[in-house]
Amino acid sequence: MSSFAKYWKANQVRLAPWVFLAPGIFMFLLYVIFPIFQSASLSLYKWDGLGEKEYIGLQNYVELMDDEAFYTSLKNNVIWLVLYMLAIPGGLFVALFLNQTVRGIRLYKSLFFFPFVISQVVVGLVFTWFYDPSFGLLNVIITSFGFDPIAVLADERLVTYGIIAAGLWPQTAYCMILYLTGLNSVDPEQIEAARLDNAKGWKMLWYVILPQLKPATFIAIVVTVIGALRSFDLVSIMTGGGPWGSSRVLAFYMYEKAFSEYGFRMGYGAAIAVVLLGIMLVYIAGVLYKMYRDEKGL
Amino acid sequence: MTNVIQKNLVAIAASAVLGTTAFAGEITINTDSSDPAPKAAFEAVVAGFEAENPDVTVKWNLFDHEGYKSSIRNFLTADAPDLANWYAGNRMLPFVNAGLFAPVDDVWEENGLNDSLASAAASMTIDGHKWGIPYTYYQWGVYYRKDIFADLGIAVPTNWEEFVAAGATLNANGVTPITIGTKWLWTAGGVFDYLNLRTNGYDFHMALTKGEVAWTDDRVRATMANWLTLIEADFFLENHAAYSWQEALAPMVRGEAAMYIMGNFAVAPLREAGLTDDQLGFFQFPIITEGIPVAEEAPTDSMHLTANAKNPVDAKRFLAYLARADVQTELNAALGQLPINSGSTVADDVFLQAGFEMLSNTDGGIAQFFDRDAPAEMAKAGMEGFQEFMVKPERLDAILDRLEKVRAQAY
Repeated sequence: MSSFAKYWKANQVRLAPWVFLAPGIFMFLLYVIFPIFQSASLSLYKWDGLGEKEYIGLQNYVELMDDEAFYTSLKNNVIWLVLYMLAIPGGLFVALFLNQTVRGIRLYKSLFFFPFVISQVVVGLVFTWFYDPSFGLLNVIITSFGFDPIAVLADERLVTYGIIAAGLWPQTAYCMILYLTGLNSVDPEQIEAARLDNAKGWKMLWYVILPQLKPATFIAIVVTVIGALRSFDLVSIMTGGGPWGSSRVLAFYMYEKAFSEYGFRMGYGAAIAVVLLGIMLVYIAGVLYKMYRDEKGL
Repeated sequence: MTNVIQKNLVAIAASAVLGTTAFAGEITINTDSSDPAPKAAFEAVVAGFEAENPDVTVKWNLFDHEGYKSSIRNFLTADAPDLANWYAGNRMLPFVNAGLFAPVDDVWEENGLNDSLASAAASMTIDGHKWGIPYTYYQWGVYYRKDIFADLGIAVPTNWEEFVAAGATLNANGVTPITIGTKWLWTAGGVFDYLNLRTNGYDFHMALTKGEVAWTDDRVRATMANWLTLIEADFFLENHAAYSWQEALAPMVRGEAAMYIMGNFAVAPLREAGLTDDQLGFFQFPIITEGIPVAEEAPTDSMHLTANAKNPVDAKRFLAYLARADVQTELNAALGQLPINSGSTVADDVFLQAGFEMLSNTDGGIAQFFDRDAPAEMAKAGMEGFQEFMVKPERLDAILDRLEKVRAQAY
């Protein structure tokens, strides 16, 4: 028996998981870890994507600190993060509402889930028309009450909220489906026991149902935060960052600087990406810490 | 069977004798002419070239118009075609600087293009070399509803006072003077270009877009003051920041707006929407400052030889073909645009004829367009600033300061 075969035999149990993990680890390193370092290093250069790269140290970051558009994007990202969380109670409410057995409930559930199935681009277009100042449904309603039409997407104060509202539509559906599956696994005996103890309404929900939905809530928060941070497609479709850049978010600003028609400042785009990564890291660290604690049963 | 082999052998022998051209008989062309009319126009050019040059096969790749702007960077570096279309002026500068386009001075020399394409020579020249063949351009100006002007007794305005007065009459009759959709920004660039060209002239406009003049300069402020006159007189369509340029066509078609500062490509959709030539007219943007040479805006599209071309010899033959007067006549008739070659004839269309006459008499210079004359970063910041100014004119100082900051950085 060769020495390799002998070694394998002796350590098979220890080595097998790594062999199975190897393709995944390789892909992860190649497509996730390596590009992170690559863009971090790129952010120290001035490069138009065509010619020679020129090393400029931290100059991109210095410029970023003095860039109004960057702060607008950052502020909008925070607004997105906060308001996007509305999808979680919204989804819970819809899920509780749909968690009953009446005729055709499957159809209703599918209809409520529908916005998450259609493409974000379609959602963006639908809401762009909804907000249209001359023929959009919103303004048809507003003007029928005798008010002046509101051009939501052309107003720097309203535009971000308008886009978030569009984003909440599919995101609420997503949270709803998470809670619906969660509700299936709620222990009926505990509900029975709570009833005997005279719990109903809010108390029942808060002290009996919600604790059992904790895993679903955790996942809902995770996907909603991620959804808020990568809110690129809706901004791109509905406003292109406008009017005059007031609806930009970091992901869109990075795209604009690096790849759009008037962009091709790869280094600057990479610097924005690094900042966005930094924000995500704070959050990811929090999630990892929580998972670690849960696993230890703390 | 033997016959076929013999024929092939003869062909191979013949091509060996004839030399390299017969071997390298394929050229690749990438274009962004994906809309129906430009697509058909290019199909005809390729077919015509192949008919005249049976030894060359053309491989033609068609790209989506918007996607082309980013894919050209990829294919020029990674897998270059022999030829690619692009735009004249500053817009081609990055590719020239990066050594991705090849100079074609010899094509210009050998085919006498320095005479026949003289009008566009300057916009194709960088560092004393010619970097492509211009094949089409189109005028900008004011498209207007003739019938509304006639109903309200408004004559075509030729100077600033008449223009402002025309707008006042239109407003008094419940018609928005100028329709515009600034959602994607560039339409505001067209308005700025004309106001600046008419207020300060061509040389100043070019100096500004080249970054040689400060945005806080008093002459820029003069332009913006003229713009402010129009904004305060409610010249522009309400909520214009919510519309694309196509959506802004609708008020004009419905007769709720009377003018549109646009390129000639707006004529086709306006006609499709039902406006006849009795309703739709064109006039030159009115004079603002008397005495300065009148300049116009006419963006030029061009075909370029790539530096990594595999078959530059045949590609240059295609360029020479594309530069020919008769080819440009037919191509532009199909495109609905103006030929560059002075020997070409302009299609029998009232708007093309009007544009051609206007541009032939232009002595003040021809600008390409704000986002082609200014480098990308300046163009983006500038057009965003113009949009903001049109909605929030009171922020003028902040906007100009911001543009000045970008200028310091972008050049």
